Amino acid sequence: MSTAAITEHRDPFGAKFGMWLFLFTEMILFGGIFLLYAVYRSTFAADFHFAAGTLNRLIGGLNTLILLTSSLTMVLSIATLERGRRRASGWFLLATIVLGLAFLVIKGFEWTAKIHHGIFPGSEEVLDHTAGENIFYGLYYAMTGLHALHVIVGLAILAIMWVGLVRAPRRRRRLPIPPGGGATLSSPGGQTLWSQPPGDDAEAIEIALVYADDAADREARAVKLENAGLYWHLVDVIWIFLFPLLYLVS
Amino acid sequence: MSDKPAISYGRYLTIWLALLVLTAVTITAVGIQFGRWSVFAAIAIAAVKGTLVLFYFMHLRYEGALIRITLSLAVLTLAVIMVLTFADVSFR
Repeated sequence: MSTAAITEHRDPFGAKFGMWLFLFTEMILFGGIFLLYAVYRSTFAADFHFAAGTLNRLIGGLNTLILLTSSLTMVLSIATLERGRRRASGWFLLATIVLGLAFLVIKGFEWTAKIHHGIFPGSEEVLDHTAGENIFYGLYYAMTGLHALHVIVGLAILAIMWVGLVRAPRRRRRLPIPPGGGATLSSPGGQTLWSQPPGDDAEAIEIALVYADDAADREARAVKLENAGLYWHLVDVIWIFLFPLLYLVS
Repeated sequence: MSDKPAISYGRYLTIWLALLVLTAVTITAVGIQFGRWSVFAAIAIAAVKGTLVLFYFMHLRYEGALIRITLSLAVLTLAVIMVLTFADVSFR
């Protein structure tokens, strides 16, 4: 009597640790630009103070509020999914995406206003200013630009997660059940997740396997959403440091 | 996932409120002139906010030693790069 056996190759911790390792490289990437900022700031303190004062503090503050709130909705999306509330999770994720878009739109208006006033790297207006102010505006565009790029990537990831979340679980496969045979679904660690003894109704086995697959699908989705959340929160953390350094220290 | 204690929605809301209060503090503190200390105050508050996000929103508080140690190494690397660069720049 034969038994169909499947092993689920899942490693939630490995997936999460991989994400953290990637986030460390992101920290070093932004850390490099923060270092550049710190060195030039100590060299051109007065110019940086003056130039930072020309940035719109209200808009910067509003964007901080938006990004912090998007982090809250992100974490609530994960928390509701963990509690099996997929619909609520989808709405919170959608709220996160809308807030992220709002951040980008406001950032776009801010850049447009600055460019309209002739302040952009290499413009004649900026070249008339002191070297320190010139460097400050260059860093302002580089730092907020690289950050905005990360927001765009984050939004793309969240959008993919959202589609996966609202779509019904995929019935990924059906195992060929040997006539009169049983089936076992086990984890990579050899732990039996589900098993059906041989001799039972083959149709019942197939249905049970589909359910087991759906459960695996749900768990895989939760792991992915949590990793997407980690990325989104890091983008938030970077903004938490960017905001006071660019907008407030004037 | 399942081995991690479920964090209540209320806890997340509290952290979010704390982040908003700290943001308000940073913005108003700018009005008060601390001189050169205002930069350090701004960075210190940002560090507290970043830590709150890392520990609660990114669940670092509930992670094991491996993620915590590797994160410390990344932060330490960054700190070493910064200190060495400033040691060079300051004494030119």
